[in-house]
Amino acid sequence: MQLTGISGLRAWLPALCGLLAAPTIAGVLPEDRADLLYHRYDGGGVVIDGPSVLVRKGFADKVSVSANYYVDMVSSASIDVVTTASPYEEERTQYSLTADYLRGKSTYSIGYINSSESDFEAATWYAGVSQDMFGDLTTISFSFKKGDNDIYRNIGGAKDPTFTRASEVRSYAVGLTQVLTRSMIGQANFEVITDEGFLNSPYRSVRYVDPGSPNGYSYQPEVYPATRTSNAASLRLSYYLPWRAALEGWYRFYTDSWGIDAHTAEVSYTHPMWQRWIFSGSVRYYTQEKADFYADLFPRRDYANFLARDKELSTFTAVTLGVGASYDFSIARLPWIDKAQANVRYDFMTIDYDDFLDVRETVLVPGTESPYSLDANIFQVFLSIWF
Amino acid sequence: MMRSLLLALLLAVPAAASNSAGPAPDFALPALGGDQVTLSQYKGQVVMINFWATWCGPCRQEMPLLEGIYKKYKPMGFTMIGVNVEPDPKAAEEWLARHSPVSFPVAFDTDSKVSKMYKVNGMPNSVIIDRKGNVRLLHRGYKPGDENTYLDQIRALVRE
Amino acid sequence: MNASRRYARRLLAVVAAVAALSGCAPIEPWVKPYERENLADPIMAFDRHPVSSSYLDHVYEAREGARGGTGGAGGGCGCN
Repeated sequence: MQLTGISGLRAWLPALCGLLAAPTIAGVLPEDRADLLYHRYDGGGVVIDGPSVLVRKGFADKVSVSANYYVDMVSSASIDVVTTASPYEEERTQYSLTADYLRGKSTYSIGYINSSESDFEAATWYAGVSQDMFGDLTTISFSFKKGDNDIYRNIGGAKDPTFTRASEVRSYAVGLTQVLTRSMIGQANFEVITDEGFLNSPYRSVRYVDPGSPNGYSYQPEVYPATRTSNAASLRLSYYLPWRAALEGWYRFYTDSWGIDAHTAEVSYTHPMWQRWIFSGSVRYYTQEKADFYADLFPRRDYANFLARDKELSTFTAVTLGVGASYDFSIARLPWIDKAQANVRYDFMTIDYDDFLDVRETVLVPGTESPYSLDANIFQVFLSIWF
Repeated sequence: MMRSLLLALLLAVPAAASNSAGPAPDFALPALGGDQVTLSQYKGQVVMINFWATWCGPCRQEMPLLEGIYKKYKPMGFTMIGVNVEPDPKAAEEWLARHSPVSFPVAFDTDSKVSKMYKVNGMPNSVIIDRKGNVRLLHRGYKPGDENTYLDQIRALVRE
Repeated sequence: MNASRRYARRLLAVVAAVAALSGCAPIEPWVKPYERENLADPIMAFDRHPVSSSYLDHVYEAREGARGGTGGAGGGCGCN
């Protein structure tokens, strides 16, 4: 065996030790719990509410299984809908199942998520592995996700039999969690996502200058590239404050092949009080640069190979302020419940679009409308029990 | 060559000490109830020291089983010492009173001196000491079924 | 010149072998397992309410162009 020096030795030694770690040493699985949530989003003419139920149970201290049932009941009169279509109601149902298997210092996870609504079906498979090492100060995790989507189109309340499209999503993520001090822990995450196939909406259109049209512009269907590759890198830092509170900061940088660059920063503070209460507050700031093929108003029809007017791909800034409260209690009549917790959370999100204009405004010259903005109220109330 | 051998031996010493065997270091800690607990006061008995904390799930899981082991083997010259490693003894006192009262001595290692002495490398951590005061078993962590490892060792040692 | 190089190589071999014997931690973990009480506190968990955070993640992903980079595992009590 060729020795390349002390530094070379130290490089492979920890890896070898990881392999030699005997199964008698082990980590810990997540706790058994059940959560029942009611969520409601109200903003920009859209109201979406519904339940989310999550149950997690461990078996033999080796496997932990969780199941989630989630519904979005959509009542939409958003700006896109009112300007190019008519208000609609829709329901989306999502089921998911995950299993975590603990062996030694490694946790192996698999999961399946199925989402279905009248014109969109998505099935996603997930696999991941995480490894505790270095005296449990470091955790490395890898995960892979593969999703297959089927896109349909509704016309006049019924499915258009001639329209079926598909798309595929793949995601690869690596994460590193590191205990920095007795009171501080950091987490770095990097994720690559690639999409392929029909990536736009069957209903959405772009507008272009059309002197022949009464209001100066006309619509044509949007055209997206058939592929999209994105990179997201994030850093999170949690700090335990001496008076028993937690401060967390998170930053994510995002860039993709469509030309979108985005920065996300969030700071949150958690403060327990009076034995049973926990209060939390957060501020989230999001800013993005538009996609290369996005424009609110194209100079003419078929201006480019790819055309988009989805406000999600425009240049905008979103600020969210959130507050939450939790109350711990126990239920005497049900001794198998270790602890119960009642929670409420309210987030106020405001989005200011730079280059997505409000076409509900009548102006002399198209393209001079005011930029659109929306305010949203997001409300959650949920009950958690540990057993 | 002699110098490199000497260097090698010096480096090897920590390796030997990190395993087991050898006399268990003595300590004196305040205990639940106000008294003091020392290891030397139990010389001649088989002693199991269990390092635990209220924030450690497997530690809480293990506690009632340790109480069972203590009750069963106490008449044969065995004692259990629970060493709580938290800086504030109040958390341990409250948890024991509400969830898992025990009859064996519980000591508070609030400045981690004893944890350092015993090179505690995982939570929970159990040390079984024979009647002569030597360490015979070091066990890191707790998974259901580990109590059989403790029982096997204790059964063998009480017969000595 | 030659003799001192041979000596250095032999010294390296011995020290390397002993380092391999003395265990798998050239640097000692600076936070001991019994010093994890702050990190094990439930308020320090990265994801205290999975059902709520996955809902908010979905709210943002449905309205923003960015996606991903939100996961991770680890932290907590480091037991077992």
